[in-house]
Amino acid sequence: MKNLVIIALMCLAQVITAQKYFSKTGKITFYSDAAGEKIQATNTSASTVLDASTGSIEWAVLIQGFQFEKALMKDHFNENYMESSIYPKAKFKGKIDNPSAVVFSKDGTYNVNVTGQLEMHGVTKTVSVPATFTVKGGVVSAKAEFDILLQDYNIDIPKVVEDNIATKVKLDIIAEYKVMTTAT
Amino acid sequence: MNVLKILALLLFLSMTQYVAGQEDDLLSLLEEEETTNYTSASFKATRVINLHSLENMAAGELDIRIHHRFGFISGGIYDLFGLDDATIRLGADYGITDQLTVGLGRSSYEKTYDGFIKYKLLRQSTGAKKMPVTMALFSSMAIKTLKPSDPNRENYFSNNLYYAFQVILGRKFSEAFTLQLSPSLVHRNLVETAAEANDVLACGIAGRIKLSKRLSLNSEYIYVLPNQLAEGYYNSFSLGIDIETGGHVFQLHFSNSTSMIEKGFIAENVGRWADGDVHFGFNISRVFNIK
Repeated sequence: MKNLVIIALMCLAQVITAQKYFSKTGKITFYSDAAGEKIQATNTSASTVLDASTGSIEWAVLIQGFQFEKALMKDHFNENYMESSIYPKAKFKGKIDNPSAVVFSKDGTYNVNVTGQLEMHGVTKTVSVPATFTVKGGVVSAKAEFDILLQDYNIDIPKVVEDNIATKVKLDIIAEYKVMTTAT
Repeated sequence: MNVLKILALLLFLSMTQYVAGQEDDLLSLLEEEETTNYTSASFKATRVINLHSLENMAAGELDIRIHHRFGFISGGIYDLFGLDDATIRLGADYGITDQLTVGLGRSSYEKTYDGFIKYKLLRQSTGAKKMPVTMALFSSMAIKTLKPSDPNRENYFSNNLYYAFQVILGRKFSEAFTLQLSPSLVHRNLVETAAEANDVLACGIAGRIKLSKRLSLNSEYIYVLPNQLAEGYYNSFSLGIDIETGGHVFQLHFSNSTSMIEKGFIAENVGRWADGDVHFGFNISRVFNIK
Protein backbone atom coordinates (compact mmCIF):
# COMPACT_ATOMS: atom_id res chain seq x y z
CA MET A 1 0.00 0.00 0.00
CA LYS A 2 2.86 2.28 0.87
CA ASN A 3 4.45 1.52 -2.50
CA LEU A 4 1.23 2.40 -4.22
CA VAL A 5 1.14 5.82 -2.62
CA ILE A 6 4.71 6.47 -3.63
CA ILE A 7 4.05 5.49 -7.22
CA ALA A 8 0.87 7.56 -7.30
CA LEU A 9 2.84 10.52 -6.02
CA MET A 10 5.52 9.95 -8.62
CA CYS A 11 2.93 9.98 -11.36
CA LEU A 12 1.49 13.18 -10.01
CA ALA A 13 4.91 14.74 -9.87
CA GLN A 14 5.37 13.81 -13.47
CA VAL A 15 2.15 15.55 -14.38
CA ILE A 16 3.50 18.71 -12.87
CA THR A 17 6.90 18.57 -14.49
CA ALA A 18 5.40 17.66 -17.84
CA GLN A 19 3.74 21.07 -17.73
CA LYS A 20 3.15 22.72 -21.06
CA TYR A 21 2.63 26.37 -21.71
CA PHE A 22 1.06 28.11 -24.68
CA SER A 23 0.14 31.48 -26.10
CA LYS A 24 -1.92 32.57 -29.07
CA THR A 25 -1.02 36.19 -28.68
CA GLY A 26 2.71 35.99 -29.23
CA LYS A 27 4.04 39.25 -30.54
CA ILE A 28 6.54 39.36 -33.39
CA THR A 29 7.86 42.67 -34.61
CA PHE A 30 10.38 43.16 -37.36
CA TYR A 31 12.43 46.20 -38.17
CA SER A 32 14.02 47.03 -41.49
CA ASP A 33 16.27 50.00 -41.04
CA ALA A 34 17.46 51.01 -44.52
CA ALA A 35 19.14 54.25 -45.58
CA GLY A 36 16.05 55.63 -47.28
CA GLU A 37 13.20 54.17 -45.26
CA LYS A 38 12.43 52.59 -41.91
CA ILE A 39 9.84 49.86 -42.01
CA GLN A 40 8.38 47.96 -39.11
CA ALA A 41 5.52 45.55 -38.82
CA THR A 42 3.93 43.69 -35.96
CA ASN A 43 1.93 40.52 -35.62
CA THR A 44 0.21 39.98 -32.29
CA SER A 45 -1.37 36.62 -32.94
CA ALA A 46 1.52 34.23 -33.19
CA SER A 47 0.98 30.77 -31.69
CA THR A 48 3.57 29.18 -29.48
CA VAL A 49 3.84 26.13 -27.25
CA LEU A 50 6.55 25.50 -24.70
CA ASP A 51 7.18 22.13 -23.09
CA ALA A 52 8.80 22.76 -19.73
CA SER A 53 9.87 19.15 -19.27
CA THR A 54 11.93 18.93 -22.45
CA GLY A 55 12.64 22.59 -23.16
CA SER A 56 11.04 22.22 -26.58
CA ILE A 57 9.54 25.34 -28.01
CA GLU A 58 7.54 25.95 -31.16
CA TRP A 59 6.18 29.02 -32.91
CA ALA A 60 3.93 29.60 -35.89
CA VAL A 61 2.78 32.87 -37.37
CA LEU A 62 0.59 33.86 -40.30
CA ILE A 63 2.50 36.13 -42.69
CA GLN A 64 -0.69 37.94 -43.69
CA GLY A 65 -1.19 38.94 -40.06
CA PHE A 66 1.68 41.43 -40.02
CA GLN A 67 0.39 44.98 -39.74
CA PHE A 68 2.25 47.88 -41.30
CA GLU A 69 2.00 51.62 -41.10
CA LYS A 70 1.08 51.80 -44.79
CA ALA A 71 -1.31 49.53 -46.66
CA LEU A 72 0.95 49.40 -49.72
CA MET A 73 3.83 48.09 -47.59
CA LYS A 74 1.63 45.24 -46.44
CA ASP A 75 0.57 44.47 -50.01
CA HIS A 76 4.12 44.43 -51.27
CA PHE A 77 5.37 42.44 -48.26
CA ASN A 78 2.82 39.72 -48.98
CA GLU A 79 2.92 39.80 -52.76
CA ASN A 80 6.53 40.57 -53.67
CA TYR A 81 8.69 39.48 -50.77
CA MET A 82 7.09 36.82 -48.56
CA GLU A 83 4.74 35.44 -51.24
CA SER A 84 2.29 34.61 -48.50
CA SER A 85 -0.23 32.98 -50.82
CA ILE A 86 2.39 30.28 -51.45
CA TYR A 87 4.07 30.32 -48.03
CA PRO A 88 1.33 31.43 -45.63
CA LYS A 89 3.19 30.69 -42.38
CA ALA A 90 6.56 31.08 -40.77
CA LYS A 91 7.49 28.43 -38.19
CA PHE A 92 10.11 27.82 -35.61
CA LYS A 93 10.74 24.47 -33.95
CA GLY A 94 13.53 24.31 -31.42
CA LYS A 95 14.81 23.56 -27.99
CA ILE A 96 16.39 25.36 -25.10
CA ASP A 97 20.06 24.35 -25.31
CA ASN A 98 20.25 23.63 -21.61
CA PRO A 99 16.66 23.05 -20.44
CA SER A 100 17.63 22.40 -16.83
CA ALA A 101 18.88 26.00 -16.62
CA VAL A 102 15.32 27.22 -16.49
CA VAL A 103 13.30 26.35 -13.40
CA PHE A 104 9.75 27.03 -14.48
CA SER A 105 8.42 26.52 -10.98
CA LYS A 106 10.64 29.19 -9.49
CA ASP A 107 10.51 32.94 -9.97
CA GLY A 108 13.49 34.34 -11.77
CA THR A 109 15.04 35.51 -15.00
CA TYR A 110 16.80 32.88 -17.05
CA ASN A 111 19.07 33.74 -19.94
CA VAL A 112 19.44 30.81 -22.28
CA ASN A 113 20.12 29.92 -25.85
CA VAL A 114 17.47 28.43 -28.09
CA THR A 115 18.43 26.43 -31.17
CA GLY A 116 16.12 25.15 -33.82
CA GLN A 117 14.76 25.28 -37.33
CA LEU A 118 13.31 28.52 -38.64
CA GLU A 119 11.14 28.04 -41.69
CA MET A 120 9.91 30.92 -43.80
CA HIS A 121 9.40 31.72 -47.46
CA GLY A 122 9.88 28.02 -48.15
CA VAL A 123 13.40 27.91 -46.71
CA THR A 124 14.37 26.16 -43.48
CA LYS A 125 17.50 27.28 -41.67
CA THR A 126 19.03 26.35 -38.34
CA VAL A 127 19.20 29.32 -36.03
CA SER A 128 20.60 29.66 -32.55
CA VAL A 129 19.50 32.73 -30.67
CA PRO A 130 19.75 34.07 -27.14
CA ALA A 131 16.42 34.18 -25.32
CA THR A 132 15.23 35.20 -21.90
CA PHE A 133 12.64 33.33 -19.88
CA THR A 134 11.06 35.11 -16.97
CA VAL A 135 9.00 33.40 -14.31
CA LYS A 136 7.10 35.73 -12.05
CA GLY A 137 4.32 34.62 -9.77
CA GLY A 138 3.98 31.42 -11.78
CA VAL A 139 3.60 33.28 -15.08
CA VAL A 140 6.16 32.32 -17.71
CA SER A 141 7.14 34.80 -20.38
CA ALA A 142 9.75 34.64 -23.09
CA LYS A 143 11.66 37.19 -25.08
CA ALA A 144 14.14 37.01 -27.90
CA GLU A 145 15.78 39.43 -30.24
CA PHE A 146 17.88 38.51 -33.23
CA ASP A 147 18.75 39.42 -36.80
CA ILE A 148 18.10 37.47 -39.95
CA LEU A 149 19.52 37.97 -43.43
CA LEU A 150 16.79 38.16 -46.07
CA GLN A 151 19.01 36.45 -48.64
CA ASP A 152 19.18 33.38 -46.37
CA TYR A 153 15.48 32.93 -47.01
CA ASN A 154 15.59 33.64 -50.76
CA ILE A 155 13.95 37.03 -50.36
CA ASP A 156 15.26 39.19 -53.18
CA ILE A 157 15.50 42.94 -52.91
CA PRO A 158 15.42 44.49 -56.37
CA LYS A 159 17.81 47.33 -57.14
CA VAL A 160 15.09 50.01 -57.34
CA VAL A 161 14.20 49.53 -53.67
CA GLU A 162 17.72 48.86 -52.38
CA ASP A 163 17.56 52.06 -50.37
CA ASN A 164 14.20 51.19 -48.86
CA ILE A 165 14.67 47.69 -47.55
CA ALA A 166 17.48 46.51 -45.28
CA THR A 167 19.28 43.29 -46.15
CA LYS A 168 19.34 42.44 -42.46
CA VAL A 169 16.08 42.53 -40.54
CA LYS A 170 15.78 42.62 -36.76
CA LEU A 171 13.19 40.42 -35.13
CA ASP A 172 11.71 41.10 -31.74
CA ILE A 173 9.72 38.28 -30.17
CA ILE A 174 7.68 38.34 -26.98
CA ALA A 175 5.22 35.89 -25.49
CA GLU A 176 3.41 35.62 -22.20
CA TYR A 177 2.57 31.98 -21.67
CA LYS A 178 -0.49 30.39 -20.14
CA VAL A 179 -0.59 26.94 -18.60
CA MET A 180 -1.98 24.37 -20.96
CA THR A 181 -4.85 22.68 -19.16
CA THR A 182 -5.50 19.82 -21.54
CA ALA A 183 -4.57 16.48 -19.95
CA THR A 184 -1.16 15.31 -21.02
CA MET B 1 -0.99 -9.60 -5.95
CA ASN B 2 -3.75 -7.08 -6.23
CA VAL B 3 -1.32 -4.34 -5.28
CA LEU B 4 1.05 -5.52 -7.97
CA LYS B 5 -1.67 -5.31 -10.60
CA ILE B 6 -2.49 -1.75 -9.68
CA LEU B 7 1.18 -0.98 -9.63
CA ALA B 8 1.61 -2.36 -13.15
CA LEU B 9 -1.37 -0.39 -14.32
CA LEU B 10 -0.06 2.82 -12.84
CA LEU B 11 3.34 2.21 -14.31
CA PHE B 12 1.77 1.66 -17.69
CA LEU B 13 -0.30 4.82 -17.30
CA SER B 14 2.66 6.89 -16.32
CA MET B 15 4.56 5.52 -19.32
CA THR B 16 1.85 6.50 -21.76
CA GLN B 17 1.91 9.86 -20.10
CA TYR B 18 5.61 10.09 -20.71
CA VAL B 19 5.10 9.25 -24.35
CA ALA B 20 2.40 11.90 -24.62
CA GLY B 21 4.84 14.33 -23.12
CA GLN B 22 7.22 13.76 -26.00
CA GLU B 23 4.80 15.06 -28.62
CA ASP B 24 6.60 15.71 -31.87
CA ASP B 25 4.51 18.62 -32.95
CA LEU B 26 3.75 20.78 -29.95
CA LEU B 27 1.68 23.26 -31.94
CA SER B 28 -0.78 20.55 -32.89
CA LEU B 29 -1.88 20.72 -29.26
CA LEU B 30 -3.31 24.16 -29.94
CA GLU B 31 -6.64 24.35 -31.60
CA GLU B 32 -6.16 26.51 -34.59
CA GLU B 33 -8.74 29.22 -35.01
CA GLU B 34 -9.54 29.70 -38.64
CA THR B 35 -9.00 33.21 -39.83
CA THR B 36 -10.30 34.92 -42.95
CA ASN B 37 -7.74 35.68 -45.62
CA TYR B 38 -8.83 38.46 -47.89
CA THR B 39 -7.34 38.28 -51.34
CA SER B 40 -5.12 41.22 -52.07
CA ALA B 41 -3.33 42.58 -55.12
CA SER B 42 -5.75 41.28 -57.76
CA PHE B 43 -4.39 44.06 -59.92
CA LYS B 44 -1.36 46.31 -59.48
CA ALA B 45 -3.51 49.44 -59.59
CA THR B 46 -7.08 50.69 -59.34
CA ARG B 47 -7.29 50.81 -63.13
CA VAL B 48 -6.80 47.91 -65.50
CA ILE B 49 -6.04 50.40 -68.28
CA ASN B 50 -9.06 52.68 -68.68
CA LEU B 51 -11.52 50.54 -66.75
CA HIS B 52 -11.61 50.59 -62.98
CA SER B 53 -10.18 47.37 -61.59
CA LEU B 54 -11.21 45.30 -58.56
CA GLU B 55 -8.78 47.24 -56.41
CA ASN B 56 -9.64 50.10 -54.09
CA MET B 57 -7.41 52.49 -52.21
CA ALA B 58 -6.82 51.59 -48.57
CA ALA B 59 -8.16 53.99 -45.95
CA GLY B 60 -6.08 57.15 -45.80
CA GLU B 61 -4.24 56.57 -49.07
CA LEU B 62 -4.11 59.23 -51.73
CA ASP B 63 -3.35 58.17 -55.27
CA ILE B 64 -2.19 60.91 -57.62
CA ARG B 65 -2.77 59.69 -61.15
CA ILE B 66 -1.57 61.03 -64.46
CA HIS B 67 -3.24 59.40 -67.43
CA HIS B 68 -1.79 60.34 -70.77
CA ARG B 69 -2.50 59.32 -74.36
CA PHE B 70 -0.50 60.39 -77.38
CA GLY B 71 -2.18 60.84 -80.77
CA PHE B 72 -3.11 58.07 -83.17
CA ILE B 73 -0.19 55.97 -84.36
CA SER B 74 -1.80 56.13 -87.82
CA GLY B 75 -0.59 59.74 -88.01
CA GLY B 76 2.63 58.19 -89.26
CA ILE B 77 6.02 59.82 -89.37
CA TYR B 78 4.46 63.27 -89.98
CA ASP B 79 2.95 63.19 -86.43
CA LEU B 80 5.85 61.06 -85.22
CA PHE B 81 3.37 58.22 -84.73
CA GLY B 82 1.12 60.29 -82.56
CA LEU B 83 3.75 61.78 -80.28
CA ASP B 84 2.86 65.29 -81.50
CA ASP B 85 -0.53 65.15 -79.84
CA ALA B 86 -1.48 64.56 -76.24
CA THR B 87 -4.58 64.05 -74.20
CA ILE B 88 -4.29 64.00 -70.46
CA ARG B 89 -6.36 63.34 -67.36
CA LEU B 90 -5.03 64.47 -64.02
CA GLY B 91 -6.69 62.89 -61.05
CA ALA B 92 -6.62 62.14 -57.38
CA ASP B 93 -8.25 59.14 -55.71
CA TYR B 94 -8.63 58.82 -51.97
CA GLY B 95 -9.59 55.91 -49.74
CA ILE B 96 -12.11 57.04 -47.14
CA THR B 97 -12.32 53.50 -45.81
CA ASP B 98 -10.80 50.27 -47.10
CA GLN B 99 -14.05 49.72 -48.99
CA LEU B 100 -14.90 53.23 -50.13
CA THR B 101 -12.83 55.23 -52.61
CA VAL B 102 -13.68 58.59 -54.14
CA GLY B 103 -11.87 60.41 -56.91
CA LEU B 104 -11.76 63.61 -58.91
CA GLY B 105 -10.21 64.26 -62.26
CA ARG B 106 -9.89 66.70 -65.08
CA SER B 107 -9.46 65.65 -68.68
CA SER B 108 -8.10 67.83 -71.44
CA TYR B 109 -10.36 65.93 -73.84
CA GLU B 110 -13.50 68.16 -74.08
CA LYS B 111 -12.25 69.98 -70.95
CA THR B 112 -14.14 67.58 -68.73
CA TYR B 113 -14.27 67.37 -64.93
CA ASP B 114 -15.26 64.08 -63.40
CA GLY B 115 -15.87 62.60 -60.01
CA PHE B 116 -16.48 59.03 -58.96
CA ILE B 117 -17.38 56.91 -55.99
CA LYS B 118 -16.47 53.26 -55.76
CA TYR B 119 -17.61 50.88 -53.05
CA LYS B 120 -16.29 47.38 -52.54
CA LEU B 121 -19.33 45.33 -51.62
CA LEU B 122 -17.79 41.85 -51.57
CA ARG B 123 -14.22 40.88 -50.99
CA GLN B 124 -12.80 37.60 -52.28
CA SER B 125 -11.65 35.55 -49.32
CA THR B 126 -10.74 32.11 -48.05
CA GLY B 127 -10.67 30.66 -44.55
CA ALA B 128 -13.38 31.32 -41.98
CA LYS B 129 -15.37 33.50 -44.37
CA LYS B 130 -15.35 32.20 -47.92
CA MET B 131 -16.18 34.42 -50.86
CA PRO B 132 -15.29 33.40 -54.41
CA VAL B 133 -15.45 36.85 -55.98
CA THR B 134 -14.85 40.51 -55.38
CA MET B 135 -17.63 42.89 -56.31
CA ALA B 136 -17.54 46.66 -56.41
CA LEU B 137 -20.17 49.23 -57.28
CA PHE B 138 -19.01 52.24 -59.21
CA SER B 139 -20.70 55.48 -60.15
CA SER B 140 -19.25 58.52 -61.86
CA MET B 141 -20.39 61.84 -63.14
CA ALA B 142 -18.71 64.09 -65.68
CA ILE B 143 -19.19 67.71 -66.68
CA LYS B 144 -18.02 68.84 -70.09
CA THR B 145 -16.90 72.46 -70.04
CA LEU B 146 -15.91 72.75 -73.67
CA LYS B 147 -17.61 75.80 -75.22
CA PRO B 148 -20.76 74.72 -77.07
CA SER B 149 -20.34 74.07 -80.78
CA ASP B 150 -23.31 76.30 -81.57
CA PRO B 151 -23.45 79.31 -79.21
CA ASN B 152 -26.71 80.54 -80.75
CA ARG B 153 -28.58 77.47 -79.65
CA GLU B 154 -30.03 77.35 -76.16
CA ASN B 155 -27.34 75.50 -74.21
CA TYR B 156 -28.51 74.19 -70.89
CA PHE B 157 -25.94 73.32 -68.25
CA SER B 158 -27.46 69.87 -68.01
CA ASN B 159 -26.53 69.26 -71.66
CA ASN B 160 -23.00 68.77 -70.50
CA LEU B 161 -23.64 66.18 -67.81
CA TYR B 162 -22.77 62.53 -68.17
CA TYR B 163 -23.24 59.63 -65.79
CA ALA B 164 -21.80 56.15 -65.63
CA PHE B 165 -22.72 53.19 -63.45
CA GLN B 166 -20.78 50.00 -63.22
CA VAL B 167 -20.73 46.72 -61.38
CA ILE B 168 -17.21 45.36 -61.20
CA LEU B 169 -17.23 41.64 -60.61
CA GLY B 170 -14.11 39.55 -60.69
CA ARG B 171 -11.85 36.97 -59.24
CA LYS B 172 -8.15 36.48 -58.72
CA PHE B 173 -7.99 32.91 -60.01
CA SER B 174 -4.35 32.43 -59.20
CA GLU B 175 -1.36 34.46 -58.12
CA ALA B 176 -0.82 35.36 -61.78
CA PHE B 177 -4.29 35.49 -63.29
CA THR B 178 -7.20 37.82 -62.55
CA LEU B 179 -10.34 38.32 -64.61
CA GLN B 180 -13.19 40.77 -64.19
CA LEU B 181 -16.45 41.75 -65.85
CA SER B 182 -17.72 45.31 -65.83
CA PRO B 183 -21.35 45.60 -66.87
CA SER B 184 -21.83 49.32 -67.47
CA LEU B 185 -24.48 51.90 -68.16
CA VAL B 186 -23.57 55.32 -69.51
CA HIS B 187 -26.18 58.05 -69.52
CA ARG B 188 -25.77 61.12 -71.70
CA ASN B 189 -28.21 63.97 -71.27
CA LEU B 190 -27.56 65.18 -74.77
CA VAL B 191 -26.38 63.20 -77.79
CA GLU B 192 -25.40 64.52 -81.20
CA THR B 193 -27.85 62.63 -83.37
CA ALA B 194 -31.08 60.75 -82.90
CA ALA B 195 -29.26 57.58 -83.95
CA GLU B 196 -27.42 57.54 -80.66
CA ALA B 197 -28.97 56.30 -77.45
CA ASN B 198 -28.94 58.47 -74.36
CA ASP B 199 -28.46 55.34 -72.29
CA VAL B 200 -25.70 53.07 -73.50
CA LEU B 201 -25.41 49.56 -72.14
CA ALA B 202 -22.07 47.85 -72.36
CA CYS B 203 -20.03 45.13 -70.75
CA GLY B 204 -16.32 45.29 -70.18
CA ILE B 205 -14.08 42.29 -69.73
CA ALA B 206 -10.61 42.82 -68.36
CA GLY B 207 -7.80 40.71 -67.06
CA ARG B 208 -4.18 40.53 -66.19
CA ILE B 209 -1.44 37.96 -66.31
CA LYS B 210 1.55 38.51 -64.07
CA LEU B 211 4.79 38.07 -65.95
CA SER B 212 6.92 38.54 -62.85
CA LYS B 213 6.43 39.88 -59.34
CA ARG B 214 6.47 43.47 -60.53
CA LEU B 215 5.34 43.18 -64.12
CA SER B 216 1.95 42.26 -65.50
CA LEU B 217 0.25 42.10 -68.87
CA ASN B 218 -3.17 43.76 -68.87
CA SER B 219 -5.96 43.84 -71.39
CA GLU B 220 -9.53 45.05 -71.58
CA TYR B 221 -12.34 45.01 -74.11
CA ILE B 222 -15.64 46.81 -73.84
CA TYR B 223 -18.52 45.40 -75.79
CA VAL B 224 -21.29 47.92 -76.45
CA LEU B 225 -24.66 46.29 -77.03
CA PRO B 226 -25.86 46.80 -80.63
CA ASN B 227 -27.95 49.69 -81.98
CA GLN B 228 -26.89 52.27 -79.43
CA LEU B 229 -24.05 54.10 -81.13
CA ALA B 230 -23.97 55.94 -84.44
CA GLU B 231 -21.88 54.82 -87.39
CA GLY B 232 -18.20 55.45 -86.89
CA TYR B 233 -17.97 54.56 -83.21
CA TYR B 234 -16.05 51.47 -82.16
CA ASN B 235 -15.65 49.27 -79.14
CA SER B 236 -12.67 49.95 -76.92
CA PHE B 237 -9.78 47.53 -76.81
CA SER B 238 -6.59 48.15 -74.87
CA LEU B 239 -3.48 46.16 -74.21
CA GLY B 240 -0.62 47.08 -71.93
CA ILE B 241 1.76 46.33 -69.14
CA ASP B 242 1.96 47.39 -65.50
CA ILE B 243 5.33 47.99 -63.90
CA GLU B 244 5.34 48.36 -60.13
CA THR B 245 8.27 49.92 -58.32
CA GLY B 246 7.32 50.32 -54.67
CA GLY B 247 5.13 53.43 -54.40
CA HIS B 248 4.73 53.91 -58.16
CA VAL B 249 2.85 51.94 -60.75
CA PHE B 250 3.61 52.69 -64.39
CA GLN B 251 1.03 51.47 -66.85
CA LEU B 252 2.08 51.55 -70.51
CA HIS B 253 -0.44 50.63 -73.15
CA PHE B 254 -2.02 50.82 -76.57
CA SER B 255 -5.68 51.74 -76.83
CA ASN B 256 -8.12 52.97 -79.44
CA SER B 257 -9.85 55.11 -76.78
CA THR B 258 -8.96 58.77 -76.60
CA SER B 259 -11.00 59.67 -73.54
CA MET B 260 -9.93 58.28 -70.17
CA ILE B 261 -13.30 58.50 -68.43
CA GLU B 262 -16.18 56.04 -68.69
CA LYS B 263 -18.60 58.04 -70.81
CA GLY B 264 -15.84 58.58 -73.33
CA PHE B 265 -14.01 55.29 -73.56
CA ILE B 266 -17.23 53.28 -73.49
CA ALA B 267 -19.37 55.27 -75.89
CA GLU B 268 -17.26 57.72 -77.89
CA ASN B 269 -14.40 55.85 -79.52
CA VAL B 270 -13.73 56.99 -83.02
CA GLY B 271 -10.48 55.08 -83.26
CA ARG B 272 -10.38 51.69 -84.89
CA TRP B 273 -7.56 49.20 -84.39
CA ALA B 274 -7.87 47.95 -87.98
CA ASP B 275 -7.09 51.45 -89.26
CA GLY B 276 -4.16 51.93 -86.92
CA ASP B 277 -6.15 54.51 -84.98
CA VAL B 278 -4.49 53.47 -81.78
CA HIS B 279 -2.95 55.62 -79.06
CA PHE B 280 0.20 54.84 -77.19
CA GLY B 281 -0.31 56.01 -73.64
CA PHE B 282 0.56 55.64 -70.01
CA ASN B 283 -0.90 55.99 -66.54
CA ILE B 284 1.35 56.86 -63.65
CA SER B 285 0.13 56.21 -60.14
CA ARG B 286 1.88 57.52 -57.05
CA VAL B 287 0.44 56.64 -53.67
CA PHE B 288 0.82 58.90 -50.63
CA ASN B 289 -0.27 58.19 -47.08
CA ILE B 290 -2.07 61.17 -45.63
CA LYS B 291 -3.91 59.50 -42.76
